Amino acid sequence: MSAISASEKVDGFTRKSMRKAQKQRKSQGSSQYRTQSAPVELSPLPQLKDAPSTEQQELFTQKLQQCCMLFDFLDSVTDLKSKEIKRATLNELVDYVSTNRGVLVESTYPEITNMICTNIFRTLPPSDNPDFDPEEDEPTLEASWPHVQLVYEFLLRFLENPDFQPSIAKRHIDQKFVLQLLELFDSEDPRERDFLKTILHRIYGKFLGLRAFIRKQINNIFLRFIYETEHFNGVAELLEILGSIINGFALPLKAEHKQFLMKVLIPLHTAKALALFHAQLAYCVVQFLEKDPTLTEPVIRGLLKFWPKTCSQKEVMFLGEIEEILDVIEPTQFKKIQEPLFKQISKCVANPHFQVAERALYFWNNEYILSLIEENIDKVLPIMFGSLYRISKEHWNPTIVALVYNVLKTLMEMNCTLFDELTSSYKADRQREKKKEQERDELWKKLDELRLSDSTLVQNNSHGLPGVQNNNNNNNNNNNNSNNNDNRDKSAEAAVTTENKDPDDSVAASESSPSAK
Amino acid sequence: MAGADGDDSLYPIAVLIDELRNEDVQLRLNSIKKLSTIALALGVERTRTELLPFLTDTIYDEDEVLLALAEQLGNFTMLVGGPEYVHCLLPPLESLATVEETVVRDKAVESLRKISQEHSPVDLEVHFEPLVKRLASGDWFTSRTSACGLFSVCYPRVSSTVKAEIRQHFRTLCADDTPMVRRAAASKLGEFSKVLELDYLKSDIISLFTALASDEQDSVRLLAVEACVSIATLLPQEDLETLVMPTLRQAAEDKSWRVRYMVADKFSELQKAVGPEITKNDLVPAFQNLLKDCEAEVRAAAANKVKEFCENLPEDSREQIIMTHILPCVKELVSDTNQHVKSALASVIMGLSTILGKDNTIEHLLPLFLAQLKDECPEVRLNIISNLDCVNEVIGIRQLSQSLLPAIVELAEDAKWRVRLAIIEYMPLLAGQLGVEFFDEKLNTLCMAWLIDHVYAIREAATCNLMKLVEKFGAEWAQNTIVPKVLGMANDPNYLHRMTTLFCINALSEACGQDITTKQMLPVVLKMSTDQVANVRFNVAKSLQKIGPVLDSNALQTEVKPVLEKLATDTDMDVKYFAQEAISVLALA
Repeated sequence: MSAISASEKVDGFTRKSMRKAQKQRKSQGSSQYRTQSAPVELSPLPQLKDAPSTEQQELFTQKLQQCCMLFDFLDSVTDLKSKEIKRATLNELVDYVSTNRGVLVESTYPEITNMICTNIFRTLPPSDNPDFDPEEDEPTLEASWPHVQLVYEFLLRFLENPDFQPSIAKRHIDQKFVLQLLELFDSEDPRERDFLKTILHRIYGKFLGLRAFIRKQINNIFLRFIYETEHFNGVAELLEILGSIINGFALPLKAEHKQFLMKVLIPLHTAKALALFHAQLAYCVVQFLEKDPTLTEPVIRGLLKFWPKTCSQKEVMFLGEIEEILDVIEPTQFKKIQEPLFKQISKCVANPHFQVAERALYFWNNEYILSLIEENIDKVLPIMFGSLYRISKEHWNPTIVALVYNVLKTLMEMNCTLFDELTSSYKADRQREKKKEQERDELWKKLDELRLSDSTLVQNNSHGLPGVQNNNNNNNNNNNNSNNNDNRDKSAEAAVTTENKDPDDSVAASESSPSAK
Repeated sequence: MAGADGDDSLYPIAVLIDELRNEDVQLRLNSIKKLSTIALALGVERTRTELLPFLTDTIYDEDEVLLALAEQLGNFTMLVGGPEYVHCLLPPLESLATVEETVVRDKAVESLRKISQEHSPVDLEVHFEPLVKRLASGDWFTSRTSACGLFSVCYPRVSSTVKAEIRQHFRTLCADDTPMVRRAAASKLGEFSKVLELDYLKSDIISLFTALASDEQDSVRLLAVEACVSIATLLPQEDLETLVMPTLRQAAEDKSWRVRYMVADKFSELQKAVGPEITKNDLVPAFQNLLKDCEAEVRAAAANKVKEFCENLPEDSREQIIMTHILPCVKELVSDTNQHVKSALASVIMGLSTILGKDNTIEHLLPLFLAQLKDECPEVRLNIISNLDCVNEVIGIRQLSQSLLPAIVELAEDAKWRVRLAIIEYMPLLAGQLGVEFFDEKLNTLCMAWLIDHVYAIREAATCNLMKLVEKFGAEWAQNTIVPKVLGMANDPNYLHRMTTLFCINALSEACGQDITTKQMLPVVLKMSTDQVANVRFNVAKSLQKIGPVLDSNALQTEVKPVLEKLATDTDMDVKYFAQEAISVLALA
């Protein structure tokens, strides 16, 4: 008992950072499932550069075959000699294909791809850490990296060799190859994903016949990530590739690409781990909008649909993306979405989380956005006014309050008359809202009562058709009502302020002084 | 306006439909959740002619609202006029079944499955089946995914031509281009097999099963393993070898650990489905391989199944198979490098003793138990201890007691309070098996030490533990061993310990009976009513309320009542409150 400190005893849950500190060692993983029986000891072959040119080809093939031998890297003491021979050979092979011309004859392609497939294609091991958090935890590194890295290097040099012929290679670098390559993007090891990114990009560039397939499979990976597993380590890397692919799309955009934007990229915003790939994702989205501005409206509506409800960190990212979009938006498109967009922004500036509010208020530092707002001030100001006015008095954070005053000032300068009107009607508006709320409550209460006596109702209602008309009538009626309310409100106002001691009203009355300062 | 002259109902309804369009999501959600109320008020006809078309056409909404809608519609049959009209619900559900968000889609499919049962066979063919077909041939993968879940509910009740069409659709989806759809089809393969005629099972399903089990994506292959259980159960024994086993063998050796994990996870079900002969010839070696798998995840899943697998082996050869094939693997797992594997094994290994009998247990299993009791990982030790009852039945716990004690002591002092909590919970069980003497000698001090643990949850559990022990060993034992110690803590300088005395008294009074409670406990409680810490004082009030029913009325009136009355005038408002509560509960006022 003495070995355990009292504090440890009290709190059995050690903090995550502490746990990590204890686990300083880098964890390593690897998975090769009974691909072969125990490795045979390798014996060194002569150097390629020393061999006569007639025998070089044969020796090259032998070396490729030698490199198909796989070793267990989780066991760091076995086969040391053979591991070293393979490493040296791989190094030599990398050097050979990157510096020599004329070495890629047709007959070597199968050997080369076979060596690559044997080494890199494997089922990724289960994560060491079942609740691996890519933002917090150290990734599990690939144990066999000393070899795998060289094989990736070799593949890259192979693809980049001036003699490389896609027409021959396409027999080996086919759909199946690409599919396995894509699955490796789930690797926890960032070094591996980085290689894969470059390699896939090269393949996309060189194999025209595989492009549609690659895009489709990336689609599937993303959809699975969004709707099924919520787990895939390589989303950022794949998005980075897509960013440059989208850049190269021809105009007008194909329906397939638009569908990808709306059905895959926008829903990707819902991911819990958005922070890991948001920059790349926003880049892709903006690329699309620069290509085709008419997509702006559906994209922004999509973002509004998936707007984070509880995660402030994500909300800040969304706001950042909206700003990026607004930076490239066309004024005609802006008009189409200003209403729903500014309703959201007005909620954001009133957010109790100061980072969200601050991020939204920063929009007013952006010259271009400011000019768009000014152009549409008669639409934007009424939407924004309520929130701004309220938080200028209520927000807990002084920085936010200061920012809000600046924004209010800017807006006031844009349209002074409208601003004054809104200021004077603010109180009445708030009361009208409250009244509406009450009416709603009463409606539901009424309805619940109706439910109790539903048996009689069913009979009453049997005169079907008039319902629809009623519907409209009532809507009109409602409008009328609310107009009428205006009149009534004024008489009610005095009563409310005295009787209810409505907190908003008292705040509004007593706190006009700070705004004067 | 109609509403103005007497028909009060129409006015709110119209506004409610308006509410379904409200800007605020929360309000829309509220309205949707009360959709049945709206429908009820509208009546069946207007629900069919106005509400449902409105829902189908105008609702493009947030997933949360759609989810609520999908759920509501599953219970709408009576609200549209009963089974005769149930098909009116299909259009909105159909569009919900094509939504991207999985939870919405799944809920829509669930509701569709529910209302499919309410369709008459004719309606099923006229309305429901065409919907399934439309979904199955939808452009976007979501509708095809949803279709997979609907085949099995309509298949049994349609004509043979329609059946043929359904089979064809299912075949197509099993070979769909999109892995998501193939996954959905693979996950419904077992369910669909169950409603198919045996001939079609053999001709259609087997080939689909084989294809899915060798899909290029492991996420599809592993779902075929699940289907394997249902298919093997449905097929006659003589067909299993040719139709199922090649695929199953392949799955057990799959290069993806996820597939092998699935095989390990479903091993008991598979074993039952294929029967004893195949088990002996095929599954035993497969199981050995899984226990020796290179991935810890797979080994752990297999280790979890050791007991069940052995239990279900054919009796004639059970012991021999276990001793020669399974036990050697189990021995290796005891010293596995991965703690999850060891702890999975520890949770079942004790179960083997009942299967193997006394002699084998002593000779072969006991060393393993002992090794696991000394494992560095507390979870392993805990799992062994928590299953001691199995061994107790076979060889008696004495064999283990020498090793048990250090293990228990160490767990009792583990740094993690959850581990300490877990071992406390096994104390009554251990006490029962080890007997009162052993307990008094070795474990009693531990039980008392827990009462002054730093963590409240442990002190609470320790209190509860004492009660169970008293129930087991009797009041006399309590009086001699634990009551004096508990009461001694009433003078502890730490008020938390003083309160523990009160909590123990609360727990023990009933088990100890009136005599001990009145003579020994009550005086201590009453004395504590003058404690300087208010928390102690109001707990005195609570304790008195608790032990009151055990006391006789004389003690209540003469001793308890004056103290409570005094506490009721305490300066602390909580003390006052609880004292008054006690007075009224004990009817002393």
